Amino acid sequence: MLLGYSFSDWGSILAMQGFAGLSLFSVLLLMALGLAIIFGQMGVINMAHGEFMTIGAYTIYVTSKLTEQYFPAFMPYYFVVAILAAFIIAFAVGYAVEFLLIRRLYKRPLDTLLATWGLSLIMQQVFRSIFGGREVSPTLPQWLMGSWSPTATIDIPINGLFVMALTIVVTTAVLLSLYKSRWGLKVRATTQNRSMAGAVGINTKKIDRITFAVGCGVAGIAGAAFTTIASTGPTSGSQYIVDTFLVVVFGGAASLLGTIASAFSIAQAQAILTFFMTNAMGKVATLLTIIVILMLRPEGLFTSKIRK
Amino acid sequence: MYTLYERWLGGRQGAIGLLILALLIFAVMPATLDVFRLNLVGKYLTYAFVAVSLVMLWGHAGVLSLGQGVFFGLGGYCMAMFLKLEASDLISTARQTTPGIPDFMDWNQITSLPAFWQPFHSLTFTIIAIFVVPAVFAYVIGAAMFKRRVGGVYFAIITQAIAAILTILIVGQQGYTGGTNGITNLKTLLGWNINTNSAKYLLYYVNGALLVGVIMICRYIVTSKFGRLLLAMRDKEDRVRFSGYDVSNFKIFVFCFAAIISAIGGAMFTLQVGFMSPSFVGIVPSIEMVILAAVGGRMSLIGAVYGALLVNYGKTVFSESFPQLWLFLMGGLFIGVVLFFPNGLAGLYQTYAKPYVDPMLDKMSGKRSASSRIQVGEKERAVK
Repeated sequence: MLLGYSFSDWGSILAMQGFAGLSLFSVLLLMALGLAIIFGQMGVINMAHGEFMTIGAYTIYVTSKLTEQYFPAFMPYYFVVAILAAFIIAFAVGYAVEFLLIRRLYKRPLDTLLATWGLSLIMQQVFRSIFGGREVSPTLPQWLMGSWSPTATIDIPINGLFVMALTIVVTTAVLLSLYKSRWGLKVRATTQNRSMAGAVGINTKKIDRITFAVGCGVAGIAGAAFTTIASTGPTSGSQYIVDTFLVVVFGGAASLLGTIASAFSIAQAQAILTFFMTNAMGKVATLLTIIVILMLRPEGLFTSKIRK
Repeated sequence: MYTLYERWLGGRQGAIGLLILALLIFAVMPATLDVFRLNLVGKYLTYAFVAVSLVMLWGHAGVLSLGQGVFFGLGGYCMAMFLKLEASDLISTARQTTPGIPDFMDWNQITSLPAFWQPFHSLTFTIIAIFVVPAVFAYVIGAAMFKRRVGGVYFAIITQAIAAILTILIVGQQGYTGGTNGITNLKTLLGWNINTNSAKYLLYYVNGALLVGVIMICRYIVTSKFGRLLLAMRDKEDRVRFSGYDVSNFKIFVFCFAAIISAIGGAMFTLQVGFMSPSFVGIVPSIEMVILAAVGGRMSLIGAVYGALLVNYGKTVFSESFPQLWLFLMGGLFIGVVLFFPNGLAGLYQTYAKPYVDPMLDKMSGKRSASSRIQVGEKERAVK
């Protein structure tokens, strides 16, 4: 008996909070993957990354409303199409943003930070003008509702399982395309040595643009995952941006494996701590721990051995 | 005399700039604005402290802190705690369950004054705390970061996280800090009512004088050898390190100095506006303070003041009448300043106005008329 809970209670608490942590982990990881590509690979600080997530979330919302209105029979399947749409729209906006704004600022990382912050303000206001200030939720398909109870005291929501599966698929896809595909090779070559990559015939500007857009697209998918666990408002994304940056920095900026590990530990710590403390104190404790660890080990958990 | 003119005032150009600013703050504004508007200007000028601190930190030392709101808040909260204790005397809080403690503590079922509030009964302690608390806090952060050569983007993100933490902490610990509402209902400073019109005038002048004083101290630092080293460090950190200087100590010093300046601004904010709340501490206000410095020109101490006045005036006007437009404008400002005016207002002056102003000044002071560019060249040769 600890703190008035029996041991089986403890098992259930850990399992359920652990699972709540996994849902948070999924969203954080999907956000952080996109950011790790943009920040870790390209060195651009995208403060508007949260808003790309919001774009994805609103895409899901709009698709669900359209499907409900015009093709009710399609309702059980729309979510998969909507995820694709979320990726494509976020990708397209990211592509445009890179072309109009980011490419002028590659040599000034701190300035990209300010400019993209401005971009995030504008995007938030656009969301507010289109969708209103109130939070909205898509109508989720029936099979995403409900929960799975392996024992009497453990209750695991289905949508959490779905988001987990989605995260695993997307993460695998990103890792594969970065480390096994021709495009990934070009991206890594451009990051390691821009002028050499250009000299061997890689169109580095085009690579930059597509890399940035892919990062944004992944954030769009994070938005899709987000809609299953919370409702979407104009500032939903910006609430995650600091956490996401900490995930990327904590994991070691250039290492995708580090990003996965740090997203996992941060989300788990936060979910389990918030059960025992108030929400706010759990978050403070998590963030403080990260900062202290970062002060001891500024390069993050995993460092990549790239010669600069 | 030479030191005063060249170092503290910044030579002819600096002295004239400072004189115009002082005239604007001390004569033009009070003469043309009513008390309410003047008080608003006073509020904007407290943000100018933070903007000036960012010019030192970001413009001159190349260290971008996205957590200056933390220090603004620390200064403001120290001042607010003192004023709150004075406002919570036994008579005015007689109806509370526990008389003599601040009202929000009573609402949160706290029955005795927490230990860290106790020393704020003393004004001397409070004034010392306004300087020491932010400086110590900045030293701890700075020493941990800069000694391990964490800089640039990483430093910016971590300071931002610290701003987030402090906000969550203040909001979460309602009983000790006043929560989201902050510390409100501040009335007197040593028995002197700070809400009267005469007090507002006086506080405005004190605030303006402190600001001009801070700018002069910054000028002195910038024109010293240390100031040169800061610039060198910003542009080629490794070279300065290899020349045998301890770069991290410079950075720690500037960070602490900037923290103190911001805290003075925060304390003056509390006095003039009459409350302090976490909405001036978090991520959003901290990054907005950076844009004040960016609009003024990240290298210009005086520009920062104009940046603070202009942006905050715009914010007041637009967020009152067109709240939707304001976020677009603010966002556009961030992007526009970075893309098109990286040197801000000061840069505009340098390119467009200076070539006309300088010959005029030369004529007035009776020197031979020469284009400013040649003069700068001569000056540099003389320095060498």
